[in-house]
Amino acid sequence: MKRIYVNEQWCLGCHLCEYECIFANSGLDEMFKLKGKTGNYIPRIKVEGDDSSLIHFAVNCRHCTNAICVQSCIAGALSKDEYGVVTINKDKCVGCFTCVLVCPFGAIMPAPDGKAAQKCALCTDNAMGEPNCVKHCPNNAIVYEERD
Amino acid sequence: MKYVLIGNSTAAIACIEGIRSIDTDGEIVVISSENHAAYGRPLISYYLLGRIKKENMAYRPADFYTKNGVELMLGKTVTSIEPKEKYVMLGDGSKVSYDKLLVATGSRPFVPPMEGLDGVKNKFSFMTYDDMLALESVLSPEKNVLVIGAGLIGLKCVEGILHRVKAVTVVDMANRVLPSILDEEGAAIIQKGLEEKGVKFYLNDSAAKFEDDTAYLKSGEKIGFDILVVAVGVRPNTELVKSIGGAVNRGIVVDERMHTYIPDIYSAGDCAEGYDSVAKQNRILAILPNAFFQGKTAGINMAGGDSSLTNAIPMNAIGFFDTHVLSAGIYEGECYSEVTDKVYKKLFVKDGRLVGFILINDFLRAGIYTSLIRGATPLDEVDFEILRHAPELMAFSADVRKNKLAKRV
Repeated sequence: MKRIYVNEQWCLGCHLCEYECIFANSGLDEMFKLKGKTGNYIPRIKVEGDDSSLIHFAVNCRHCTNAICVQSCIAGALSKDEYGVVTINKDKCVGCFTCVLVCPFGAIMPAPDGKAAQKCALCTDNAMGEPNCVKHCPNNAIVYEERD
Repeated sequence: MKYVLIGNSTAAIACIEGIRSIDTDGEIVVISSENHAAYGRPLISYYLLGRIKKENMAYRPADFYTKNGVELMLGKTVTSIEPKEKYVMLGDGSKVSYDKLLVATGSRPFVPPMEGLDGVKNKFSFMTYDDMLALESVLSPEKNVLVIGAGLIGLKCVEGILHRVKAVTVVDMANRVLPSILDEEGAAIIQKGLEEKGVKFYLNDSAAKFEDDTAYLKSGEKIGFDILVVAVGVRPNTELVKSIGGAVNRGIVVDERMHTYIPDIYSAGDCAEGYDSVAKQNRILAILPNAFFQGKTAGINMAGGDSSLTNAIPMNAIGFFDTHVLSAGIYEGECYSEVTDKVYKKLFVKDGRLVGFILINDFLRAGIYTSLIRGATPLDEVDFEILRHAPELMAFSADVRKNKLAKRV
């Protein structure tokens, strides 16, 4: 299946992917409507490296072949779909954050209300269809493709 | 090939998934004394809290058993194993033969002898779905509840019921709450948070005797109650294996492949001892993720595959009214701590490796720390200065990052 991969040498650390992630999952129809509201959302992708860093890269769910989050979930709320996308069933998640405890990439985080976990589902769970972060990355620092 | 699984919780479900990853045809029979399809056992407190509905508590989708060709025997208890003739005997006298057997019998509540306990009418354990239903049936806003035990089970129960009763009092022999996962400083934060919600604690104390609906503590304190919850601890269900000469310490002894040393009999979950790779000794790791890892490992090996579990460690994520504690490993060696009013963070470094951590409230990306413990990563291969302050992949070398982020994992 296609996954998101990082080209670290091309990442400027512009954080556009984080804003595009927020927008994709906000349900809003225009980006400008996020003005003043970005604090209500938490992006599912995170850029590492601050302004003084020489290195930057974006991290989101790797959709691991043997996903330890799926194996560890106390509710069976995390599962892999038929294509291999790791998703969270919000009706089952109780927000214990065992998934946060075990994800080796730090790619699962509490949802804004703190009552459940959230993670990247490659924009299969919103209206975008394909990863919105990749679509708007200005430098191909993240790509969406098949790799071995 | 016929697989028989005793038990129907996390380890058994994972075992089924392990078997089916190798053998799609073999017959699988699951025997469980509980009358329910597998449910997320720790969810019982979240149900009482109102965080999850009953219909969402199933651990797997409704068609899981049929899809995997599993014959489910619910409400049946295995009374003995006949390892020579390879069958198990049920309480109703019937026999079920096996080629490969999994013992995933879990644990049961330990109720210490306490004077007068037999005379207490409304007393409950808090481990199973049925325990939860029984407790729920007596909850009402005018009731006073006494909980014996300030461990993980006792306090999760407290969180679940607090808003549904008049008052909750907790008694524990230990000097702090959650003694299995927290030091005194961390425990004080959790205790304070619960006290602010109205929970009353008697620590360093225990119930000396009961008279109907009154508990007399060792300290001399007298506590009246309507409902008693006993959550002192659990005991692994090891008797089936012990009685046929299997190795049992505290739990059923297994090797890295979850084999019990009795031919064709495997064990996994809270009844089994496994190797704790950070404490470097065999012990029971009675946590749900470990039950899954063990069950999956057992299933693969039962079906003729080859899988070893070598990186199991203690780890816990638990929350009380939105104060979250994430912890892992052992609390030994050099401690790097950062403690303020609301945030509490301790990392433990020993022999050049991260061996443990406790994080309260400041827990984002904690899994990066956990992976360093599970992987026994030498800290000279990472930038510990970065990790001390925050778990970041930036702390790894460019090559390691490439493997993590630019390749399929």
